[in-house]
Amino acid sequence: MATETLIWLLPLPPILAFFLIVLFTNKSKALSHTVGVGAAALSWLGSMVVFFRAIGTEHLGEHPFTSSIPWLPTGNTWFNIGVLIDPVGAAILFFVSITIFMIFLYSVGYQNFGQPKGDHDKPGLPPHGATVKDEHGHKHVVPSVEPMYSRFFAFLALFAFGMYTLVVSDNLLTMFVGWEIMGLCSYLLIGFWYAKKSARDAAIKAFITTRVGDVFMLLGISFLYSATGTLTFREIFTEETLHVLASTPAFWGFSTSGMIALLLFIGTIGKSAQWPLHVWLPDAMEGPTPVSAMIHAATMVSAGVYAVIRMYPLLTADFTGHGLTPTMSIVAFIGAFTALFAASIAVAQNDIKRVLAYSTISQLGYMIAALGIGAYVAAAFHLITHAFFKALLFLGSGSVIHGMEHGVLHTGNHDVDPQDMFNMGGLRKKMPITFWTFLIGGFALSGFPIITAGFWSKDEIFADAFAHGHIAVFVTLALAAFLTAFYTMRQITLTFLGEARTKEAEHAQETPWTMTVPLMVLAFFALTYGWVGIPEDFLGMHLAPSWFHEFVGSTLVVLPEAAPFNIVPLLTSLAVALGGLFFGWLIYRNVNSPAEDKLQFPVLKNKWYFDEAYDFLFVKPAYWFAETFVYKWMDKGVIDSILHAFGKVTAWLGLAIRNYIDLPVINEFIGDGTARVAQWFGGRLQPLQTGRIQQYMLASLGVLIIVGGVLFSLLVR
Amino acid sequence: MTILFLITAVVILASAIMVVTSRNLVHAALWLVAALFGVAVLYALLNAGFIAVVQVVIYIGAIAILFIFAVMLTRREMRDKGPGLNKNWWASALVSLLVFGGLAYLLSSWSGFSQASAAFPSGFDAVSALGDALISPDAFVLPFEVASVLLVAALVGAVYIAFNPRSGDNRK
Amino acid sequence: MIPLSWYLILSAALFSIGLFGVLARRNAIAILLGVELMLNAVNINLVAFWRYLDPVQMTGQVFAIIVFAVAAAEVAVGLALVISVYRNRKTVVADELDMMKW
Repeated sequence: MATETLIWLLPLPPILAFFLIVLFTNKSKALSHTVGVGAAALSWLGSMVVFFRAIGTEHLGEHPFTSSIPWLPTGNTWFNIGVLIDPVGAAILFFVSITIFMIFLYSVGYQNFGQPKGDHDKPGLPPHGATVKDEHGHKHVVPSVEPMYSRFFAFLALFAFGMYTLVVSDNLLTMFVGWEIMGLCSYLLIGFWYAKKSARDAAIKAFITTRVGDVFMLLGISFLYSATGTLTFREIFTEETLHVLASTPAFWGFSTSGMIALLLFIGTIGKSAQWPLHVWLPDAMEGPTPVSAMIHAATMVSAGVYAVIRMYPLLTADFTGHGLTPTMSIVAFIGAFTALFAASIAVAQNDIKRVLAYSTISQLGYMIAALGIGAYVAAAFHLITHAFFKALLFLGSGSVIHGMEHGVLHTGNHDVDPQDMFNMGGLRKKMPITFWTFLIGGFALSGFPIITAGFWSKDEIFADAFAHGHIAVFVTLALAAFLTAFYTMRQITLTFLGEARTKEAEHAQETPWTMTVPLMVLAFFALTYGWVGIPEDFLGMHLAPSWFHEFVGSTLVVLPEAAPFNIVPLLTSLAVALGGLFFGWLIYRNVNSPAEDKLQFPVLKNKWYFDEAYDFLFVKPAYWFAETFVYKWMDKGVIDSILHAFGKVTAWLGLAIRNYIDLPVINEFIGDGTARVAQWFGGRLQPLQTGRIQQYMLASLGVLIIVGGVLFSLLVR
Repeated sequence: MTILFLITAVVILASAIMVVTSRNLVHAALWLVAALFGVAVLYALLNAGFIAVVQVVIYIGAIAILFIFAVMLTRREMRDKGPGLNKNWWASALVSLLVFGGLAYLLSSWSGFSQASAAFPSGFDAVSALGDALISPDAFVLPFEVASVLLVAALVGAVYIAFNPRSGDNRK
Repeated sequence: MIPLSWYLILSAALFSIGLFGVLARRNAIAILLGVELMLNAVNINLVAFWRYLDPVQMTGQVFAIIVFAVAAAEVAVGLALVISVYRNRKTVVADELDMMKW
């Protein structure tokens, strides 16, 4: 079938799966996951077809796969919506489809399909284990199946739909639709275990924080539409339009294009959890681990970076190559700052997922910074490699937690937190597949040279920053890279190396194939994907041109130049990566408890107190406004008083009518009155009926005479 | 003839007035007899000889006697006690006068009011003609028979109504 | 000779007198006497019309005969009623018989 038609159909299987699960297969766990995984597989297949066709097409950047339909009549014209797969879109599609598929498959095992129902599992709480008797009559507690199993797959499917819509759309409107659907799904999935207050609070925090960003994004979209009259990418990114936007000044010293790009970027700050809107992502670890992987590694936060990548021509409309524009400076600053800021916090976290959460924020900062300094291809490259290894790390951590929970159920000690790294240790022996894949992911994150994908993508960012003279960004990112390697090795050492620190860790066991196979698939890509982006002049050699650079770079009108090779960034990245890994292992191989951990600074542990600050500045005033001002004073005081007054007046009126009209007039006067009159008449007339026949005859004859006389006088005349 | 008529008319009317005003019931019954006799004479004047005789026999001989019997039977209670007329007699008088006036007026506005008598065919046997009329099937035999049935019914009814339970028990 | 009107007026007068008796007399038997007078008035009328209009047609006289029979029957039943009422109520005063009411 035509590629364009196929692209239109890519978001269809997930949304169909969502409706099928919600409406029909809800009761059957097996049917639900079959529908969900099947839909993810279908979309993945379609995406692969599109991708391979895309890379086989010459000059895809100039003639992308595109198709649009007129949708909304706007006066004399139409507002069109449609699909677009250009080179960067194809690359994104590749990793999005694979990671979504892997996460769906992983969820089957993670939610304990096939296990018995829990002893006292309630929907809304995580499963707590089921007691089974084996053949010897011994009672074991085993993990129990998640009660809301089908609901999970339904939400994941909706999420996948949102992401696919975002990736294939050719205009800002449908992209924003996908964006918001994912916002909704992140709320639903973070608060999946809705009976836990922490989960509920985290879901609301995520939604509202990203909403703040979304408001500005919508402002940007409106501004763009009013300035250009269109929201379709290919129409906006024409030379003339961009030139007009770039030369028209907006306010505060920004050009129109710069202002629009800034507003859209604020949406990305929210969605990709950059400082200052980063506060929601760590709390979002309340959701089940596949959710964390999906949302916070592979798809949703990547959508934020993808948005900036898409709008890159707008961002750089007035960029001449010498000196960053104001917008780009802001973008670069926020990116670099966030990278260092989040890395510093990750060093002091003890929860295995929290470390990864801050790591995600930090790595996203890398990509944003890269875009801010104009390293388009490097940013896209890092986005894709990061998706692979971060998804791998999250799924791996889920596998670890699963194994730890097995141990917790075995010992029955529920006070032990299966997510606390200081309760782990020595898991490399108990969970080998998880260990090796996690190690691959961790090394990729740290940028271990040559064999991991992370090295190539990070190195390209460093090279670009150094080559274009953005030394501040370069140094910040280098420091962040050092911390990244450090805390990653800390994590691996505490979790897998050494000996088991608790009984629960001793009784951990490897997870089923539905969980380990996705780990292996992702590990493969974490290792190999980097090789498609090896720079042409690496180490001064003359290699083939970087396929990735050529392919993705062709999306832009002018193919960006690759940064010329320089030994300094390469040495720096090697130093920070290997150095960080080494020190991490060195310091933490003998640390067995938080007390021994010298880097548990309170300011780092408490995330630089930003949550407390926001609570004071925004949350408490909002609560006051809602509870006191609106609820107490206005709603109850003013509006209810008016209503009560109405009620009293009506009641008074009713009583008045009753007492002054109803009773005296209608009952007395009309009702009883007529009765009394009739009675009076009857009383008066009764004596007529004497019973004496002579009087009757007299009366009748008298009347006869009278009537006869009247009639006679009338008729004869 | 005229004089005869006038005398008879006066007798009838005077007797009638006496009937309705006598306090003593026996007197009233006897005055009725007188009135009935006057009516019989009137019939004779009208060449209705059979009717005149029947009047005497039936009315005076049976009905008036019956009246006297009834008066006798209830006499003990009504022996000249109280007035003969009830308290509304003036209204009754008024009504009667008005009825008379109305009747007279209505009759007088009839065209044949003052006509002379038709010629009485000579040799016309009224009695046998009456007999024929009463019996012949295409004349009035049916009303005649029905009248006799009526009399039987009245007879039975009267006996039944006036049946005295005390004296009747003996015969059971 | 004697116009029909005289007979008619006579019968009307007799009728009215009888009516007066029916309406005004206290004794029940006296009321029946009044009824007799009224019936006689009717008969006079009938016979007068017979004679004056068409004496050959015996209808008038037949009607008078029937009236006789009816009068006799009526008197018989009426007096039986009076006797019966007298036995029950011990009175023949019409005014005291006032049960024909609600």
